[in-house]
Amino acid sequence: MNSIIATTVFGIIMMFASVLVSDKKSVAALATVLFAALLGVNIYDLNTITANAPQALYNNMLHIEHYSVWFNTLMTGATLLYILLMGREIQKVGAHAAEYFALIFFILCGVYLLSTYNNMLMLFIGIEILSIPQYILAGSDKRNLKSSEASLKYFLMGAFSTGILLMGITLLYGASRTFNIMEMVSVLHSDSLNPLALAGIIFIMIALSFKVSAAPMHMWTPDVYDGSPTAFTAFMATIVKAAAFFAFIRLFQSSFSNLSTHWMTVLAIITAATLLVGNVTAVFQQSVKRMLAYSSIAQAGFMLFAVLAVNTADASRGIIVYAVAYSVATIGMFSVLVKLKDYTYDGFNGLAQKQPLLAFVTTLFLFSLAGIPLTGGFMAKYYVLLAAVEQGQLMWLVIFGLLMAAISVYYYFRVIIAMYFKTGTPEMNSPVSSFDKFLLVLTCLIVLALGIFPQLLLNILVA
Amino acid sequence: MILILLILIPFLTGILSFSTKGDGPKMLALVSTMLSLGVAGYVSGNAFSSAISFSQPWIPTLGTQFSLLADGMSSMLCLLTAIVMMVVMIVNVNKDVEKPGAFYGLMLLSQAGLMGVFLASDALLFYVFWELALIPVYFLCSKWGGEKRIPVTFKFFIYTFVGSLMMLAGLIYLSLQTPGLTSYSWADIARAGAALPADKQIWLFCLIFIAFAIKMPMFPFHTWQPDTYEQSPTPVTIILSALMVKMGLYAVLRWLLPVLPAGVAYWSDTVILLSVIGIVYSSCIAMMQTDIKRLIAYSSIAHMGLMCAAAFTHSYVGMHGIMLQMFNHGINITGMWVIVSMIENRWGTRDMTKLGGMATVTPKMAIALVVISLASIALPLTNGFVGEFMMFNGLLRSDSAGHIAILAVAGLGVILGAVYTLNMVQKTAYGTAPSGAAVAKDLSVNEYLGLAIIISLVIFLGVYPKPLLDLTSGISALLVH
Repeated sequence: MNSIIATTVFGIIMMFASVLVSDKKSVAALATVLFAALLGVNIYDLNTITANAPQALYNNMLHIEHYSVWFNTLMTGATLLYILLMGREIQKVGAHAAEYFALIFFILCGVYLLSTYNNMLMLFIGIEILSIPQYILAGSDKRNLKSSEASLKYFLMGAFSTGILLMGITLLYGASRTFNIMEMVSVLHSDSLNPLALAGIIFIMIALSFKVSAAPMHMWTPDVYDGSPTAFTAFMATIVKAAAFFAFIRLFQSSFSNLSTHWMTVLAIITAATLLVGNVTAVFQQSVKRMLAYSSIAQAGFMLFAVLAVNTADASRGIIVYAVAYSVATIGMFSVLVKLKDYTYDGFNGLAQKQPLLAFVTTLFLFSLAGIPLTGGFMAKYYVLLAAVEQGQLMWLVIFGLLMAAISVYYYFRVIIAMYFKTGTPEMNSPVSSFDKFLLVLTCLIVLALGIFPQLLLNILVA
Repeated sequence: MILILLILIPFLTGILSFSTKGDGPKMLALVSTMLSLGVAGYVSGNAFSSAISFSQPWIPTLGTQFSLLADGMSSMLCLLTAIVMMVVMIVNVNKDVEKPGAFYGLMLLSQAGLMGVFLASDALLFYVFWELALIPVYFLCSKWGGEKRIPVTFKFFIYTFVGSLMMLAGLIYLSLQTPGLTSYSWADIARAGAALPADKQIWLFCLIFIAFAIKMPMFPFHTWQPDTYEQSPTPVTIILSALMVKMGLYAVLRWLLPVLPAGVAYWSDTVILLSVIGIVYSSCIAMMQTDIKRLIAYSSIAHMGLMCAAAFTHSYVGMHGIMLQMFNHGINITGMWVIVSMIENRWGTRDMTKLGGMATVTPKMAIALVVISLASIALPLTNGFVGEFMMFNGLLRSDSAGHIAILAVAGLGVILGAVYTLNMVQKTAYGTAPSGAAVAKDLSVNEYLGLAIIISLVIFLGVYPKPLLDLTSGISALLVH
């Protein structure tokens, strides 16, 4: 796994760049090149680790499967897209652009650990590496009180959930005498489950639910996403969340899958609550940014379907398609949002007249988020629901989820209505350059390609 | 390969239309719909002898294929779509809309979606087209519609979207019941569905039927319909009422009756009852309307109710009648809307209390209105008669006494239909002309042509329905057994 080393080294290079390179533009250019290089390293890794020969590293602390590396590659690709679309906005946030890029590299290190961990301790370390840079990024707009509030809130709640995670890991260790998630499978048996282990599983579930902002552990999400600089919200709501989900699935699909009778109901209720809270609350928002925060909770509800669908092959496919489709559409959506001065729905009024292309791509991103066919979002929802139906006992939850998806149309389409059917002159923060337009169209094409040929993402797994 | 043209022609010309200006989009749309009609005619001609099919792998891991099939029913509906779209384009040649490029582009895209729905023989593909037909219509209504268009269209969209999602859940479930890997092909879905135990079929029926019931619309899922028809610009109302409601009925015939026979058997009495309630209820409301557009909207619920009731009676004659009536209702209601839009353009109102004297001011238009109205109340020798007669015949053949009672009530609906339709004709075509009526011109050449197509179909199919009957006899027999 060269990518773990590469991302760390690149992060350190960026930290030095903050001292050595004074020009912001060169910093951004350097960062873009390094992210592209990181993608290259991931692709190299992908070729070295074949589907049949997973690799164990660092005394079996990491266990690297083909599909983990594929997930990493996709997430790195999404990050590169994010950097290209948002690079200029990241520079604007504050004086320390190079450090922000360095922090993003470190977050990616956390992502890589979370997709390959084989040991509870690596899960813990991965989550911490993922979270701590985010606390800083959330508060990076130092003069903005809301940003500081977001940072503090995120930090306190994050620390609390980390405590719960550690407690859970400890209890599980007490029950199974191992940190290794593969060995745990053979020690823990469903019919004679130690109450200590059950408590541990529930604690870990709660801690991970916090990280993926599942209800009722979602309270921090709207404030943090709303308060953080938009450029970083886009990153937190997408790649970071997807990685946390991957970690969630990795644990619950392998070590705890035999014990699913014990935790299935709890997680099903969490899923239903997440869908309900996310979708219904999003309806009442007046700010698009806050709506997107609640929508990210709602989308987390759908991703939880993949966790629930244990022992089905479609679950891991589902999470990969969902992670990519959701990340790409959301990054696209935020990169449009960040160009507008007014984040309320009214700020979008009349965008179609003034910026027809921008309005069109936004429409496609929203279609994808709402799950309209021929966009990636549809295929994503389709895969996770397929997995859940396949699982057999969750038909009620599937139907409930679909009803909630119908609600989501309400708040996503409000943006479309504002753009196309209302009149106004939206104020732009920055002019939309032709390069921006090119990138947005490219993002749109990715969204459509995922919706029409989702096998592009999955064929590589079969090979 | 020819089938894919039916979807590709409107799709590509639709996309192209967005970048044209002035009269370009109009002409492009006209040419495109004529081409589509030619292809649809060819396909229907072939469907007399054998169904054309087309299949390409799409997402093999999901067991879904890009497969199209044009049997008698599909090709008939494609033909209807092509005719209706062409008539719409013809009568709109001398009218101007705001942003014509986008307007005609979206019209053509919805045509592509509709063709896809009628042709798809793969459940997932069907679902995709089902949604794709809706989205252009959503934009058309919200952008070019009446005053209250935004909330009304939004309600319509969410309503139908809920239904489609329920259907999706049902289809996913069915696809997982197919032997071996998941498969969405019609044959596999039908086999898997029919093999399911009755209790499963009963709840699957609810999931899938709700989408179709909302689309048709069946009482009590109809509340979106009158408002949407009223607020939409008339060309879009035509798409909605002549074509999109047929999607619901077509889907019942294609994706429900053969797929879940036990579920259908369990629910058919309920559906028939609701349909008949819908017939009487909407007829009564139609009688109270003064706005012609709303009147026709409610009358459409009544007509669809009769077709829906007949679909669940399992008789060959009835089924055959539905096929005929799907086509004829599409033609007749298109004629109705075309005349309504002419009235609205000339007199600036749809309120029939403020209209009158069309027969003296614009005699040709009045004649067209009378003929089409008579067809819509199913006078013998018009096309409406044949289908309705066959459907009642089908209901009458049923052994169940309940069906006979229902027949009586549905017959009442027909009488009520005559009451409000003739009342409307009387108030608009006869009586004294309102002030300012002298300015109104009679039909222009293109309007004349459009109505001539409609009326000749009304008379031709009323006198000689054999071509349509031959086209659909195979599929009707298949659906009953």
